[in-house]
Amino acid sequence: MNEIIQKKFKASDYKSKLKPVWCPGCGDYHVLLSITQALTKLQLKPENTAVISGIGCSSRIPAYTNSYGFHTIHGRGLAVATGVKVARPELTVIAAGGDGDGFSIGGNHFLHACRRNTDMTYIVMDNEVYGMTKGQPSPTTDPSWDSALSPGGTGLSPFHPLVIALASGANFIARTFSGDVKGTAKVIADAIEHPGFSFVQILSPCVTFRPDQKIWKEQVHEAMVSETDDPARAARRLMSDDGFNTGVLYRGSREAYRFSCGDEKGDMEEIQKQFEV
Amino acid sequence: MTDGDQNTSVSVAMVGSGGAGVMTSGNMMLEAATKAGLYGLMTRTVGPQIRGGEAAALLRLSGKPVHCVDDTFDILVAVDWKGAERFAGEVPLGADSLIITDPATGDIPEILTDSGARIVEVPIGELAASVEGGRANMVILGLVASLIGLDEEPINKIIAKKLGKKGDAAVKASREAVSAGYDAAGGITSPVTVSPSDDKKDRWLISGNQAAGFGALRGGIRFVAAYPITPATEVLEWMSPNLPKVGGTLVQAEDELASINMAIGASFGGRPSLTATSGPGLSLMMEGIGLAVSSETPVVIVNVMRGGPSTGVPTKSEQTDLNIAVYGLHGDAPHIVTAATSVEDCIFTTQWSVYLAEAMQTAAIVLSDQFMGQASSIIDPPANISFMAQRLVESEPDESYLRYAVTADGVSPMTLPGTPGGQYTADGLEHNPKGLPSTLMEDHRDQMDKRDRKVAEFNYGDHWADVEGDDGCELVILTWGSTTNAVREAIERLNGEGVSCKLVAMRLLSPAVPEQFDQTLMGAKRVLVVEQSHSGQFLKLLRANYNMPGEVKSYRRPGPLIVRPGEIVDTIKNWSVQ
Repeated sequence: MNEIIQKKFKASDYKSKLKPVWCPGCGDYHVLLSITQALTKLQLKPENTAVISGIGCSSRIPAYTNSYGFHTIHGRGLAVATGVKVARPELTVIAAGGDGDGFSIGGNHFLHACRRNTDMTYIVMDNEVYGMTKGQPSPTTDPSWDSALSPGGTGLSPFHPLVIALASGANFIARTFSGDVKGTAKVIADAIEHPGFSFVQILSPCVTFRPDQKIWKEQVHEAMVSETDDPARAARRLMSDDGFNTGVLYRGSREAYRFSCGDEKGDMEEIQKQFEV
Repeated sequence: MTDGDQNTSVSVAMVGSGGAGVMTSGNMMLEAATKAGLYGLMTRTVGPQIRGGEAAALLRLSGKPVHCVDDTFDILVAVDWKGAERFAGEVPLGADSLIITDPATGDIPEILTDSGARIVEVPIGELAASVEGGRANMVILGLVASLIGLDEEPINKIIAKKLGKKGDAAVKASREAVSAGYDAAGGITSPVTVSPSDDKKDRWLISGNQAAGFGALRGGIRFVAAYPITPATEVLEWMSPNLPKVGGTLVQAEDELASINMAIGASFGGRPSLTATSGPGLSLMMEGIGLAVSSETPVVIVNVMRGGPSTGVPTKSEQTDLNIAVYGLHGDAPHIVTAATSVEDCIFTTQWSVYLAEAMQTAAIVLSDQFMGQASSIIDPPANISFMAQRLVESEPDESYLRYAVTADGVSPMTLPGTPGGQYTADGLEHNPKGLPSTLMEDHRDQMDKRDRKVAEFNYGDHWADVEGDDGCELVILTWGSTTNAVREAIERLNGEGVSCKLVAMRLLSPAVPEQFDQTLMGAKRVLVVEQSHSGQFLKLLRANYNMPGEVKSYRRPGPLIVRPGEIVDTIKNWSVQ
């Protein structure tokens, strides 16, 4: 073991100097740290990574990294990310956002990104609340959570992102806790390396509107069983888990979305022959 | 209609239902006409049914280029009359017109017989049945070809080309059915014929939707995100197999929200990108288009208009997405709106718009419509034009690099992902020159100024409008889009009667170009504004942005009835000078 590996990039090389808008104690600070650690682990050039987000507290993340970034519009991060990846397959594409952005307004793109299986990593910082608009229930909020917009709670069953990801064809499904920076970084690195669409739900507490989530750090636990590549088994586990099970919970081998950009040397004169009678 | 030798054209409507094959007959006739050295235009009118609805192939053939439909049809032939009353209003006939009907297939709708057209009965079904494997649509192909003076030989060639792969029996059956049609035409006096031309130059047969796709490809589009919608789907279907031939690709999106945003993502990655849609899809794309404007990411949207509002009249044409294209974005969001003026101009306008979007790093909406998009036209091969996607890219940024630097012309060099040191975050949030979110009044003002300046002060050259006619004309017709062609033909007829009139068909609908407009309309005393919109969207756009000289009159109506040259001629003639 004499081989000396020269670490070229440090975690700080992946971070920008911009100060986040997040509240002190927000779980998203840890997620940012985990992303930079994962990129450090993989030694990816910052300029070859694109971080694409929607709108919401967590969607502010692109500008806090030293990657190329796109802070798009509410719910559309995955669509923009898909365009970036197909146009520039050599880039590492990370889509990021929150639970409202990804599962409510962007829900259709979530289903179809899982299905399309484009090679990218989707990180959802799930705090079960709309934070930027000051505390409204999101699709993952408990039905009885009281708020000004839905007094007494929504009464609606929470959305189950991991089960839906599996049913929609996602190939890599994981859950982590933002407070576990190292564990999250490892899963993100794993997700980036996995071909196809990788989905990582990060439980990231909102200290401002969901102070009750402080207890999460005591509730989360590593999955008791090893990861599976059997979707039926994964479905049973995901349906019955307590929502605090962490780790890579499903890893399939479905082929990533394939597309051909053909031959750049083709010429228009050949194409226009089809119009000649 | 016959207006002297040069202007002779013949208009034919072939109608039928339930897979009767009238579109096939129409397409074959158009190709045969091309072989005979003619020009032509075929439009279609169909019902909303997926299969088996009423359908009509509407053709106009002539020895000179044809760009619009005529006032009336010379010949109307029906395989059957099922559902024909639903589009009979779109097939105006005159007393000189000829209706050919098979009495076994039902009664002719009254709205057609009211015209006083001559009616001739031909047992089309029986003639088809007399040939083994014969079909009625081939009988009417022969019948009409004979009546208008087309030789059988080019038709036989097309049959061999189109049906060859179905085997000799199919070719033989079709040829015999066509011959039966030719024979049946023997005793019928035709209202009008065209003279096949010796001019056998190379011609193209192309639809407006294909033309838009071709123009986009020629302009450098290499990524398309697609969500199907009538009547724009053919733009996407044409591009799908052709993009990979030049290093491009198409992704089918889950909805229009995805397609516009995928296109923006691909363009951010450095590939000139496009999507195509129609009214309802354009409505869904508006927020994304605003993102392209704010983040200064070039993107092209081809919007093939259909009747609106809401789901409207999906299969028929109207010029009513002008308002949303120009005004649909929230905030002050300068962008480009262009419109093609004919089937073949769909090539030029789309190619030019790719160039504009890329040069100015903004969104360009190209308006076409169902009439042009789904019409097939025989055209002269178009000139090769030099407009290409040429984006101002910074490939070696140093530490002072600012993605949204405030520049004199408003365009800032863009770095592409993969370029070391050029990292920035594109944003729909207002930002400072570095691209970082900002709510400062100065940043908002400077960035708004810059985004406005790059679009408002760009040199659009002469392409902002097609202007035809003498400088001193006191009478001007202002129009846009597919209506241009009816106006052009109306002006030709007026010129023939000694009335001079200038045509101004606007290709650039946003931003406004008041200097060019004023210069072009200098001296005008009467201005007629022609459009296919119930509320007069174009008239209002002109009123809001331009000084309209002299007396202004609006001639407009909603779709689907196409504006025809004769009604414009009449409007001008009946416009008594105050």
